[in-house]
Amino acid sequence: MTNDAQPSSRPPLHMRINLPIVIAFACIILLLLIGSLYSKSFLSPEYLLQQLKVASFLGVIATGMMLIILLGQIDLSVPWVLTTGAMMASAATAYGPLGEALAVPFGIACGVAMGLVSGAGVAYLRIPAMIVTLAINVIAQGLMVAYTGGFSPADTASDAMRYLATGNLILGVPNAILVWAAIGALAVFALNRTTFGRAVYAIGNRESAAFLSGAATQRVVMFSFAISGGLAAFGGVLLAGYAGKAAQSMGDAYLLPAIASVVLGGTSILGGRGNYLGTVAGVILVTLLQSILSVMQISEYGRQIIYGAVIVSMLLLYGREKALR
Amino acid sequence: MADETALFRMEGISKRYGGVHALEKAELNVHAGRVHAILGENGAGKSTLIKVMSGVVAPDEGRMFLDGQPISFADPASANRAGIVCIFQELSLIPDLSVADNIIASNPPTRFGLIDRKEQRRLAEEALAKAGGEDIHPRARVGDLPLSRQQIVEIAKALARKPRVLILDEATSALTASDVTKVMAVLKRLRSEGMALLYISHRMHEIAELADECTVFRNGRNVESYEQGTKTDNEVVEMMIGREYRHVFPEKTPLPPSDKPPALEVRNLSWFNKLNNVSLDVRAGEVVGLGGLDGQGQRDLLLALFGVLRGVTGEILIDGRPVTVKNPRHARSGEVGMALIPEDRKTEGLMLPMSVMQNLSFAALGQLSTFGVIDRAAEKKRIDEMIRLLAVRTASTDIPVSALSGGNQQKVVIAKWLMISPKIILLNDPTRGIDVGTKQEIYQLLRKLSDEGAAIILYSTDYDELIGCCDRVMVMYDGEIKTTLAGNEITEHALVGSALNIGTEEREAGAKPGVGA
Amino acid sequence: MKEWRFIMAEHRGTLLAFTLFIAMFVIYVSNHPAGFTPNVVQTAANKGVILALVAMAQAFVVLTAGIDLSVGMIFVLCNCVGSYVLGGAPGQVGLGVCAVLATGLACGALNGLIVIYGRLQPIVTTIATGAIFFGIALWLRPYPGTIPDFAADLADTFTGKVFGVVPASLVFLAAVVLLIWVPVRRSVIGRTIYAVGSSEMAAYMSGMPVRRARFTAFVLGGLMAAFGGLFLTFFTYSGEASLANGDNYTLFSIASVVLGGVSLYGGRGSAIGAIFGALAFRAIGDLLFVFDLDPLWQPLFQGLVLGLAVTFGAARLFQIRNRLEMFT
Repeated sequence: MTNDAQPSSRPPLHMRINLPIVIAFACIILLLLIGSLYSKSFLSPEYLLQQLKVASFLGVIATGMMLIILLGQIDLSVPWVLTTGAMMASAATAYGPLGEALAVPFGIACGVAMGLVSGAGVAYLRIPAMIVTLAINVIAQGLMVAYTGGFSPADTASDAMRYLATGNLILGVPNAILVWAAIGALAVFALNRTTFGRAVYAIGNRESAAFLSGAATQRVVMFSFAISGGLAAFGGVLLAGYAGKAAQSMGDAYLLPAIASVVLGGTSILGGRGNYLGTVAGVILVTLLQSILSVMQISEYGRQIIYGAVIVSMLLLYGREKALR
Repeated sequence: MADETALFRMEGISKRYGGVHALEKAELNVHAGRVHAILGENGAGKSTLIKVMSGVVAPDEGRMFLDGQPISFADPASANRAGIVCIFQELSLIPDLSVADNIIASNPPTRFGLIDRKEQRRLAEEALAKAGGEDIHPRARVGDLPLSRQQIVEIAKALARKPRVLILDEATSALTASDVTKVMAVLKRLRSEGMALLYISHRMHEIAELADECTVFRNGRNVESYEQGTKTDNEVVEMMIGREYRHVFPEKTPLPPSDKPPALEVRNLSWFNKLNNVSLDVRAGEVVGLGGLDGQGQRDLLLALFGVLRGVTGEILIDGRPVTVKNPRHARSGEVGMALIPEDRKTEGLMLPMSVMQNLSFAALGQLSTFGVIDRAAEKKRIDEMIRLLAVRTASTDIPVSALSGGNQQKVVIAKWLMISPKIILLNDPTRGIDVGTKQEIYQLLRKLSDEGAAIILYSTDYDELIGCCDRVMVMYDGEIKTTLAGNEITEHALVGSALNIGTEEREAGAKPGVGA
Repeated sequence: MKEWRFIMAEHRGTLLAFTLFIAMFVIYVSNHPAGFTPNVVQTAANKGVILALVAMAQAFVVLTAGIDLSVGMIFVLCNCVGSYVLGGAPGQVGLGVCAVLATGLACGALNGLIVIYGRLQPIVTTIATGAIFFGIALWLRPYPGTIPDFAADLADTFTGKVFGVVPASLVFLAAVVLLIWVPVRRSVIGRTIYAVGSSEMAAYMSGMPVRRARFTAFVLGGLMAAFGGLFLTFFTYSGEASLANGDNYTLFSIASVVLGGVSLYGGRGSAIGAIFGALAFRAIGDLLFVFDLDPLWQPLFQGLVLGLAVTFGAARLFQIRNRLEMFT
């Protein structure tokens, strides 16, 4: 009855600033400073651009992962769906000019198909995503192992794949960055301005309420997994273009970083809360960390340990759940 | 207020959540061998009070005394050890454990360091018998029991801890009438055995029957304590809401006769053994109530109409056209135009962490978007209209809906559905756990909507609400509509009688003259 | 009369896993060229027991509604530690066994501490700690290797046969069940492990030791993975920081737990079910070998089995009459 405070549409500025994103960006600057102590080239535009380019591959993959995590699910099928995308695109390249032209879409389509299967399992059969995607990961691995006979595939990447991953359309700006920027822009638009995005957040928060409100929850979940699969495969296509060919275990190095960048960017692993800007920060942060560890010539074991420890400690900084009491 | 004879005493207890004072310098004296009722609107601080008492939350300031000795609790377990046991409104049972495991959850009898299952079973059976649940098998999985049986297990679990002070927070809300009678008898016996009971309930007649002493809370403070029976209901309600309490229900507007088909007609709707040949019709501009005891199929009926249930047989006609409602999305579409205000706003009505705006526009996004892209200006405009229409009190539309009070949250749920301008509105106990002021606003809103031509089905567990709001009431029993009451026939006596499905002849004889009111 | 129905209902998942295992094992043995001989059983048992131990590790955590994606890495790390310390005089070997088990306990404790006191989600935590554990393993054994005075006799005892018939590994597994699982299951902590998985809030409200139970689950998980690592060392005489091994065992442990009827939502099932799930999973994997198919198809086959198993588990959906129940 009393309605003296006319509701305003925006909260005050201090409520809009997202702590995890601020911390993630602060850590990026910190890493750059540490790196620049080690080597002057760390702050050079060439190095930064190169890092952004490397980050783009992870960025494409993490975009799909973020969508799934927002739903309150997880996609553990990234490694072999990514590899499938890379191998199938390379395989298509071997089939003459038509195959070469369709290589990129074909690779992505394979990922979408696998994502659709995962999504159907999660949405319609209601199997926990962790299990479905693990199973799909093994199945994809099985298919690829059977396809290649257990050896590294002989097919090489098509020119289009190489151009997307290594070329420069605008002077000096690698195409990979443009690809990520385009996908990122689409993701931001979809998450914030479309009914699909609203439904994703709603399902992540309370699926029963979203269903009773008339949202097509099952379809949204299935499509999200298809998108995630497609983006993972696209990441694989780009990586194959970058390296010139696909490889057996190329996907293994992308699961943990993809999840880490999403979660370090402040997206709740329980779903429903998160911001794409955070994922961007997370992706750059993870890439820089990897780069610095390798520049400092720390051996593989040390990298693994530091990497795990940094992720745990950053999450302890701000990823904590509310206490029970 | 320091009363030295009290078994348990609280002094100056305060608790803040963020900037909100849930409790402010609250005082309470609980005596052995007496039932002390706590009254207050939702948000008055009752639940925080008992959470502090039972060690679930720690108070910011204040002291507690047991037997005159100062005491404080680190967790629920230490409160239990001190003899203070609470039966919470949200069940504290573990669904996957057996009844016996639940009753003797935290400190079972042990032999050689392992749980002595035989002894545990004996204790559990003893506690079940005390709580009036002899029929419950101690090996049954709690999650498989119906809600009312679970509530009995909950009481047995509390009794197994041999409490000195027993707190019951809306402990009868899920019980059927016969269970309530049983539980009342148990509680009276416990009182005569010298236990102190703290009883929290919205049901005035239960308090009148049971309580020796009452304390009213408002805005986190205890307003007044009095001996039961020294105040009239009206005085108590005034203390609770802090203002005068009258004209709760708006005038009913008689419906002019019309030959248009009813907005919603249901013929022989059945769903397994939960709904049996339910037939009813609701005309545009009419409020039809669903009455009866809780759990007689009312909720299932609403869900069946809304396309949530599978395997529903029978016919549904919208404006005379037969329609099969496939799912909630179909139900809300223009073809059907139906809205459902669900039972549990926290899990079924709202996405709590999302903003007020996102919650409000969620059901109507289809109308506010083109090709899936949301028209933000249109969205904001519609939302502002709704907030004004329902007088939702919120600092901003961008704060999480969880930050609103219960009553305002419920308004958001209703407003969300009004955004699609539904022709048929189904409400599942929309005022449960809501303060009196908001209730009144909701009653007025319902009447306004029906005057504007909506067909409304209202299920309520509150008889006063059915009497005050509805043009007709269908009373359900065991999945069937047993009686239809209209106009002046809708009295508490008729509602209770037909709910219990007793004295059919007598009631029918009395009911007939009033048809067509 | 009614009593046994409740008991059946309680152990349904475990019984199903047992039936599945028996069926698979019968198919396996009856088609095995050598038939049902102690040697066939011994080989099958040794491979099965390692996975069964890791699956038990996973089951402890899954019962609390958590997940441990680092079990495979703890297992690999313990294998690498074992390949350094399981040698020399009997006393030294004894200390070595303790060191391996202590490694597993420490890893489990670290997971538990981070999840409970750091209040992080188990899934993210264990992915990250898994990287740490694997890093340490890689530091210890960048290349497969062992120590010169490896206690091969002890290893052979554990992977051999008791009285020339019963595989020693099965006896060991039975001992682990009797000495660890049964007492835990019948203690307050064990009950709380189930309660936490079923409803953490209700367990807390009931005054149960929630934190201690979750911690115990992670620590026992670490211990079980260490037993697995110990056995792998006994089996191979060497240690290897194999990423594929770590990933596979994590994956297979989850598959075993699912086949073994442990609910991934926590609170239902048992470690015994997980054991039978693991044995059944191994038997299924070996069917390819028995039927003489190209081993290249094995990953695909295992993936399909896992997929089928979870799809089968989804059959309950068709009984749901109220669609709201799908969301709980």
